[in-house]
Amino acid sequence: MANLFAIFFAAAVVNNFVFYRFLGICPFLGVSRKTNSAVGMGLAVSFVMVIAGIVTWMIQHWVLDPLGLPFLQYVSFILVIASLVQFIEMYMKRYREKMYKAFGIYLPLITTNCAILGLALLNILNNYNFIESLVFSIGAGAGFTLALIIMSGIRERLELADVPEALKGIPIALIVAGLLALAFGGFSGMI
Amino acid sequence: MYVQNFLKGLWKQNPIFRLILGMCPTLAVTNAAINGLAMGLATLFVLVSSALIVSLIRNWIPSKVRIPSFIVIIATFVTIADYILAATVPPIHKVLGIYVPLIVVNCIILGRMEAFASKNSLINSLIDAFGMGIGFTLGLIILGSVREILGFGTLFGITLLGSWYPQMLIMKLPTGAFVTLGLLIALMNVISRRKTAQVKESG
Repeated sequence: MANLFAIFFAAAVVNNFVFYRFLGICPFLGVSRKTNSAVGMGLAVSFVMVIAGIVTWMIQHWVLDPLGLPFLQYVSFILVIASLVQFIEMYMKRYREKMYKAFGIYLPLITTNCAILGLALLNILNNYNFIESLVFSIGAGAGFTLALIIMSGIRERLELADVPEALKGIPIALIVAGLLALAFGGFSGMI
Repeated sequence: MYVQNFLKGLWKQNPIFRLILGMCPTLAVTNAAINGLAMGLATLFVLVSSALIVSLIRNWIPSKVRIPSFIVIIATFVTIADYILAATVPPIHKVLGIYVPLIVVNCIILGRMEAFASKNSLINSLIDAFGMGIGFTLGLIILGSVREILGFGTLFGITLLGSWYPQMLIMKLPTGAFVTLGLLIALMNVISRRKTAQVKESG
């Protein structure tokens, strides 16, 4: 149990996907202007992360490893993630209309979100068993959502601030992200 | 025309500084110039090889399944690049870690396939891919050099600043990556604005 908690905490805070591993920077910069859209994107990514984490773990341990096909890892993972996202989108459109309206528009963007593929690869690289990789996926999603929400709160305030002309937009967002990374780095002694 | 097509990747549409694409590897592997160079070359290889194949078979890919097809082509070349790096430069391959497989989801590559290689002739697509790839590599080397000089006092492993130099720890941390990139993009904004202002005055 303590081990599982350590994995969760490390994935969510200490080795945060955005601030420590630099994964999912594009949606982090693109969808963090408003808190509402940040929450939607964060939940959509977490949802896909958990499902993709489970499915890719099964593919690696039940298909690729027994058949001796390690070189197909990247191709099969990205295909599975792309079709999974497509499938989830279709399912939601048909059966979960409210949910689809809430974060359906973010789903297509997730296929090329490197946080998903990165999570699938890290699960395998760290030699996690099934439960551990599930906890790691949930932690990573929680950390990504946390980063997005904090960032959007700051950027909503930033709109009112008097930022130098050259720094407007992406540069100031990157500098804010740098300062947040420093804050998250403060947890590094805990694990 | 060919020259312009090539040069746009270096400055006007530089993937890192102007288009703000491919941020994840840009931030993650630039703690030293040599890592930036290796990452840039691996991306260049994948970009050019994928552009070659996509441009050759562009008329046979049904438009409904073009994105999955591009992804499979890109993932194949990424696997090749990964194995080449592991065989020739194992230490660098180890440092780059999961960021080599993550070239698959680098938006620059899929973006160029969708926007350029799937619509243009072989020669033009190759030139475009080379321009973009070299522009990306240059961006990584610039960012890596700044961080390496300030963080370690070295460049490509050669000592520039002696032992008197108090190494800036912050440049080795993730914060250094974010802040340096933010300031570099701001610098590019200033330069390009000056240029357009000059053109307006003289014109």
